[in-house]
Parts: sequence; structure tokens; C-alpha cells
Amino acid sequence: MNGLSFHSVTLDPAKCKGCTTCVRFCPTEAIRVRKGRAFIIDERCIDCGECIRTCPNNAKKAVSDPLSALERYTIRVALPAPTLYGQFDERFSVDRILGGLLELGFTDVFEVARAAELVADATASWIASESLSGNGGPWISSACPAVVKLLQVRFPSLLERLVPIMSPMEAAARIVKERLYPGRTDVGVFFISPCAGKVTVSRFPQGLTESAVDGVIAIKDLYVPLRNALPGVQERPLGHAGARGVAWAHIDGESDAVGVPKAISVSGIADVIGVFEALENGKMKDVAFIEALACPVGCVGGPLTVENPYIARARIRAFERKAAESPGREARFEGDAVDLGFEVLVAARSGLRLAPDMFKAMIMLEEAEIIGESLPGLDCGSCGAPTCRAFAEDVAKGDVLITDCIFKLRENVRKLAEELINMERWQPPGLDKD
Amino acid sequence: MQLRYEVSGADLSLAGKASTEVKRALGRLGVNPGAIKRAAVSMYEAEMNMVIHGGGGIAIAELSPDRIVVTMEDTGPGIPDLELAMQEGYSTAPEWIRELGFGAGMGLPNIKRNADDLRIESVVGKGTKVTIIIDFNGFGGAQV
Repeated sequence: MNGLSFHSVTLDPAKCKGCTTCVRFCPTEAIRVRKGRAFIIDERCIDCGECIRTCPNNAKKAVSDPLSALERYTIRVALPAPTLYGQFDERFSVDRILGGLLELGFTDVFEVARAAELVADATASWIASESLSGNGGPWISSACPAVVKLLQVRFPSLLERLVPIMSPMEAAARIVKERLYPGRTDVGVFFISPCAGKVTVSRFPQGLTESAVDGVIAIKDLYVPLRNALPGVQERPLGHAGARGVAWAHIDGESDAVGVPKAISVSGIADVIGVFEALENGKMKDVAFIEALACPVGCVGGPLTVENPYIARARIRAFERKAAESPGREARFEGDAVDLGFEVLVAARSGLRLAPDMFKAMIMLEEAEIIGESLPGLDCGSCGAPTCRAFAEDVAKGDVLITDCIFKLRENVRKLAEELINMERWQPPGLDKD
Repeated sequence: MQLRYEVSGADLSLAGKASTEVKRALGRLGVNPGAIKRAAVSMYEAEMNMVIHGGGGIAIAELSPDRIVVTMEDTGPGIPDLELAMQEGYSTAPEWIRELGFGAGMGLPNIKRNADDLRIESVVGKGTKVTIIIDFNGFGGAQV
């Protein structure tokens, strides 16, 4: 929408009080407070939603599509993320939730969990074939858009470890368009999303030239109308996904579905960063696959959800146990294979670089080190930067003045005051009695 | 420019801090990802060596636009037989270190693989100084 700088995560300036909570929690140091408002540095933002989660004033939000976006299409297909199933209590079965979507104006539903099973198969065979050619991993899942962007911004050397297979959301959208409604131009495909990052990648996809998703509707925007519709919905067999796909809603679900031994799964952006730091240092030699999800407990912890992530996970696991008892449900999607591979390389982003020219960047880094040493190191945030060190870099880049640090300002005021007192002692030569 | 870090010999959980810091600096400069990775791996291995064997020490990273020179110096027991230490799989690390997944005798060989130049000066009873050079356009595989 805003060209290449589009981000789902945005600020409501009327609600922002200019506190620095989000600034300190941002994993890529992408936020500064300027003129009393939080300001997002586009090149650094990875749409992880940490700021949405931590803002005490609800000033951070994710832009997504309204339900009215459906009106543009004759065939309107909902792609519910498996996380949706955990938002409602046990009275409402998956069949009923899917039926409820049809009450809200969708003409068809296709569960993303079904596509997730195909993505798991494709991931498993990718890892197996790479391992045969001596490339044993570890391979990093590309399912979480915030994690992919984290790699682009903060761990570019790990991009070559990314599994080059599209996300279940994209796979589902392609199955709908290429297999279920081939050749039709009036099909609108809408992802029902727990995730802010998915809004961004539906416009600027990762590893693909174009997204097949036409809109992304936040679970929380759809929750109330859906909840109101549910009691009146006739139960019909609409759900086809098995436990293996539905489990992707929470941590461990994807690695269980992929099924390679020596997999690890990590959730929550801070823990994900810890794993990537270790991986970059050459640790984790024995790991074949890393399932990394930016949100706590996985997608059920997404910023666009309504239910507490732990409750949502417990419900989804209850569904998985039930599905395991009735094997009919486990049926894989029978259809011609859709090509799930990446079409383009996921490239590094230079958001953390101080200057495009390395000489200039080095001068700035050196200056930032010197400035950093003169700062109090309290990371108080009053300057609007997350840490004294980030502030020092901002000063070195010329974005802000050193006196934006209140301690530095006070130092200067004191110097000025001392100078004033000294000047006051000076007498004009005619009055000087000494 | 120069970055200097003290590496604690007492705390294994702090090992890797210096290499993380250097990685951050290289990212700020826009150094290519391959070179950052080589610097991270070789510095991390040297840092672990310093914590496990050397009792900690000082790490100094000298940055210039085409390369990084990392010097890691400890006052530990020194390496009696350098040729042996360079052999893959040779290790003097205690059992508990191995249980943690370290000390497999791959440290120095791994540094050698990733660095463009590697120099080791060691005096038994006095300490060890490891100098690692990563050329930003290099490929690793240092001759020792």
C-alpha cells in the first residue's frame, strides 16, 4: 500500500503517550520516541508484534482488512489459521466454527491446517534430500514471517539455512486458486489471521514473486460476529484437517509434523534470538531442523488473537487427541501436487547498517563507541532510544543531538552555571580594587 | 577501530558475549554475512578455549574496512604440543565440559577452517595468544 515500506504494525498517534515501553521491547531496535510519539524505523521493523503486545496504551496496532473487503469477489474463500479453533470453548467444534465462517459472508472455507500437512511433507523431503548431498542442516523453518524478517535484518548469515518452502497460508491460497477454482478471476482468498506479519507478507511475500492471498482478516476483528453466529450454526462435516496440521497452531506442532529427528522448537522472539546467536556461533551442530516462532507458545500467542495462548493451546491439543482417536480425520489433502518451493531468494536487509559506505560506517561506529562511554549506561529511555548504546549510534549518525540525553543536558547546564558564576566574579577594570 | 572485551574464566554461561558483540559491530558496518559468520564461529571457539582452558583473558578486535584482526590472550597453562592441539578430535577438556557439548577437540581446527590467517603463540606456564584474521573478501582455510 505504501510501496515497499508497508508494514502491518503501525501507531495510533492519538493513543501514544510517548512512553518508551515498546522501544525497549523491540528486538531489532526499530522504534524511537520523537516529539512525544513512538516512531517505527521501517527498514528495521520485522512485524513481530512485540510492541502491540507490550504497549500499555494500546497505541500499537496491526493494519488488516475489514470483513467488507469480501464484497469485491463473487467467490469468497476463508483460509482459517488453525489458531482460530482454539479461540472458542469445547461447545463449538471445528465443523461448527467453519460453518460459522460461511454465515459471515464466505462462500467456501479451506483449512490452512490441511496445507500445513503438505508443507510438512515438503519440508521433510527437502531436509532428507539435502542431508543426502551432505548438507545436514540445521534448517530453519520459514513458516513464521517475523522470524524470516529477523534473519533478514539481524542474522543474514543464516538465510542460507532457511527451508525454501512457502508457508501453509500461501500453499492453501494456491491450492484454492489453482486446484479448487482454476481459471476463475472472481475468487477472493482471505486468511483468518492471528498474526500481524501475515498482513505484510500477503502484500510483500517472502520467497515468492506474488502472494495468492487477497486479504488478511484479524481473528480479533472477526471474533464477535463469529461468536454470535456460532450457536445458530448447523453442524456439517466441513473440517478435514488432521491433528498433524492443526497442531501447527502451537509450538512443537510443526516439528512433530515434519517428523525429522534432532529437531528443536523455540518460541518467543527473545528465545528465538538466543537460538540464532548460538547457531551463528557454530553451536547446534547436531540439530537438523529448527522450528522458530516469534510469538510466545507459537501462533496461538499471536497479537491478533483473543484467547489466552495457553488456554488456546490446551483446547487445540484436546482436539488433536480426539482426532488421533478417529483416524478418518487424518486424511491428507488428495489433490494434484502444487509446487510449494520458493520462487526467489530471501535477501538480507540492511536496516542495522550505520551507513551504506563502510568507511563512513566505521567512522560512525568508532564515534558511537566513544559517545557510548561518556553516557551513564542506565538505558533510561528518556532520549527515546532503547539503550544508551543505540542512542550513541543515533548521535553518531547525526539523527539526534547528544544533549537529547538528559544527563548530558544536565552536565551542560552545570557547566554553563559554573561559567556564569565565574563571569559574575569578574569586575570591569575600573572597579577592580586588587 | 578497536573493541576490547574481558572474557571471564569463571562463568561458562557468559562465554560467547565477546563474539556476539563483535558480530553486532560487523553488522553495523554492513560486512558481508559470510565473513560475519566466519568471524563469529572462530571467535566463539577461541573464546570457549579461553574460558575452558585459559581461565579467561582479554579479547581485542581490530576493525578495518577490509578485515578484522582478533587477538585473544590468556595467562593460562599454555599449550605444550601445538601440533597435537591442532589435530581434529584431540582434546584435553575435562569430562564435564564434554557433557555440555564442548571440548570435542574441534576448536582450533574449526578456527583454522574459518579464519584467513591464524597465529598461535603459547608458552607453557605463561599463557596463550591466539590471533585470528578474517578478510571480508576471504574464504577461510588458514595455513598455520
